[in-house]
Amino acid sequence: METILGIDYPTLWYLVVGLLFSGYAILEGFDYGAGAWHLFLKKDLSRRIAINAIGPLWDANQVWLIIGGGALFAGFPVMYATMLSAMYIPFMLFLMLLVLRSSAIKFRSAEDMTWWRKTWDIIYFVSNTLIAFLLGVVLGNVLQGFELGENLTYQGGIFFSFLSPYAIMVGFTTLSIFMTQGAIFLLLKTEGRLHARLTFLLKKGMIFFIISFAVTSLYTLTFLHGVTDKFKENPVFFALPILAFLAVANVPRLVSKKKYANALVFSSLTMAFLLMLVAFQLYPVLLPSTIDPKYSVTIYNAASSQKSLGIMLTIVAIGAPLLAGYFLFLYKTFHGKVKLDDTSY
Amino acid sequence: MDTEILARIQFAFTIAFHYIYPPLSIGIGLIMVIMEGLYLKTGNKHYEVLTRFWLKIFAITFGIGVATGIIMEFEFGTNWAVYSRYVGDIFGSALAAEGLFAFGLESAFLGVLIFGWNRVSPRVHFISTIGVFLGSMFSAVWIVVANSWQQTPAGYHIVGEGFNARAEVTDFWAMVFNPSSVDRIIHVWQGAFLAGAFLVLSVHAYYLLKGRYVEISKKAFKIALGLATIISLTQLLSGHSSADGVAVNQPAKLAAMEGHYDKSAPADLYLFGWVNDKTQEVTGIGIPGGLSFLVHQDFEAPITGLNAFPEEDRPGQVNAVFQFYHIMISIGMFLIGLTLYASFLWWKGTLFEKRWLLKIFAFSVLLPQIANQVGWFAAEMGRQPWIVYGHLRTNEGFSQEVSSNQILFSLILFLVVYAILFLLFIYSLNKKIKHGPYDEANNTLDII
Repeated sequence: METILGIDYPTLWYLVVGLLFSGYAILEGFDYGAGAWHLFLKKDLSRRIAINAIGPLWDANQVWLIIGGGALFAGFPVMYATMLSAMYIPFMLFLMLLVLRSSAIKFRSAEDMTWWRKTWDIIYFVSNTLIAFLLGVVLGNVLQGFELGENLTYQGGIFFSFLSPYAIMVGFTTLSIFMTQGAIFLLLKTEGRLHARLTFLLKKGMIFFIISFAVTSLYTLTFLHGVTDKFKENPVFFALPILAFLAVANVPRLVSKKKYANALVFSSLTMAFLLMLVAFQLYPVLLPSTIDPKYSVTIYNAASSQKSLGIMLTIVAIGAPLLAGYFLFLYKTFHGKVKLDDTSY
Repeated sequence: MDTEILARIQFAFTIAFHYIYPPLSIGIGLIMVIMEGLYLKTGNKHYEVLTRFWLKIFAITFGIGVATGIIMEFEFGTNWAVYSRYVGDIFGSALAAEGLFAFGLESAFLGVLIFGWNRVSPRVHFISTIGVFLGSMFSAVWIVVANSWQQTPAGYHIVGEGFNARAEVTDFWAMVFNPSSVDRIIHVWQGAFLAGAFLVLSVHAYYLLKGRYVEISKKAFKIALGLATIISLTQLLSGHSSADGVAVNQPAKLAAMEGHYDKSAPADLYLFGWVNDKTQEVTGIGIPGGLSFLVHQDFEAPITGLNAFPEEDRPGQVNAVFQFYHIMISIGMFLIGLTLYASFLWWKGTLFEKRWLLKIFAFSVLLPQIANQVGWFAAEMGRQPWIVYGHLRTNEGFSQEVSSNQILFSLILFLVVYAILFLLFIYSLNKKIKHGPYDEANNTLDII
């Protein structure tokens, strides 16, 4: 098997996919999170400002989902196909909510009628909240494992079985960290009374996160077999949850000092550490089988050919710096507080 | 209904709906590049007003294109899991390249394009317009490459057997430049330019008929007419080249397009007709030996007909393929006639005096849209029964673990959400057009 710096191609691609999903979680995390606060903002103007805070950015942030999905399909087609077809209902709901959410952003402020704006406000709030929740639910299902038999046949229930208690817990944890991230982002982009209101909301969000996180962690350590074993083998990885905790503990301090950009960095780091924890816990498995570990989808039995992975690593090596450049340009153009003008939503 | 049929209906519906928007974005994108370029070059405010106006419409089509496009990316996995595992090694790298090279470019610059008028210099804004336009062109490239590989696979080998069989890349560039991709990319680009150009023609013809925004509408109409004339003519060339490729690589599809059944006989070229699959006869008007002439420059040359293929290897809906293909050709011919005649009047200096012609242009916006849709239907139905030509059948490609009820559930969801989305699209398009490029009452054109 070919390697770069002693790391084999499937592992490298695992890192690429992990990086893309982390980027998606961090960037769309504040988009979805901001949306999940929408109905907590009472005035029409506040809601408009909140939407325009993500206005020029959300479409670009969504690219991380598109590239992440493409990278999963390209590098681990077996994982892509098996996960999506087994998680049919949650993914279809997720996709539909994405459509509704983008419609809400575009059409909400296009008319002045109160009923029109109120309807879109509800759609916007519900879609953002459920998207964040469903992403966590899918992650919870992956961590728990699927009922996979021989030849990757999915034998689990098809309509509501994805809503297991554990999946729901991970769903709430994801929602709560996105809401924390979203509130910090909005603090960065707003002023005045809206800003004061968000400072108050952020505190609620962090309490929500700490409770969900604590409950989910306890459940994971108690009921998910195999998790603890892996940490006993490599105790150094206990650093990850500790780092995640330290990062999130730093957020209130930075917020009280009004260093919102730094606070956003630290809440992003929390997400990054938690996702690394997930990645480490699973590796080299992508999708554990609850029937028999030999039926699990791993980065080796799911991977594309060496040739194909080599081509795609080249594509990433060329494309990633370009993408970084575009994003720097975009975020630099739209830094600072939201100012509504005739081009705003 | 069974899972396969439902999965196919869902795919056809979601992709056809999606395909209303990206061609419009590519076409309007090119026209915006021309308009904004003229503004920077001449300093004439009229072009700035036009660019800003079309940008608003572009923003809607682009947004719906993205929203419905994400669904396509994941629908392969949810509904076509076996197919996804089979082609992932090949299809995946095209999709990854699309995301990184094309979609990253267009989406990042889109924010600057729409919200950046007051934040960046005119030159940087123009570069962003070009960036978004090029991004949308590249997107088309990678998607059509992937689809073309399904039509004419190249640069691969098949590994494994039965359930574990899959295609793997052996030569990336042979995969990218497979026998049909170049012809089809050009043909798709041209279809997109026509979709955009005819929307611009339609809106400004409407303004001219109403006597509104006359000065700027004449400018916009001429830009779009020039583009539409060149593209509808050259569309004929890429179409012909594409059909030549089909004759070599997918003879069963070509035979279905003209309803040609005889194993090996000269084939006719129909203007229109009706295929009876039972009697294997076509009723209609055509040029005897015409297809033979187009392919071999000889009216007597034999063309392989459908009967040369076993029943299970032929497209199932011959008449549908025939009709879709012929509707596309008829529209193409009509557009050539229309744009040439209008260009002739432009040259004579009487273009804007013929109200009936402007009326035709106001309605002709639908024609390239229909041609784009039926062209794809002919291409995809003509490929049946294969999902990957010659290797994987459509009835083997869908997700085995997904039940028909699940697909029915999501299909209904799609129908409802897309119906709402379409109404919103028409409503906001109509509103933007009625509202117009600038405030007429105060004639803000002179002061902005």
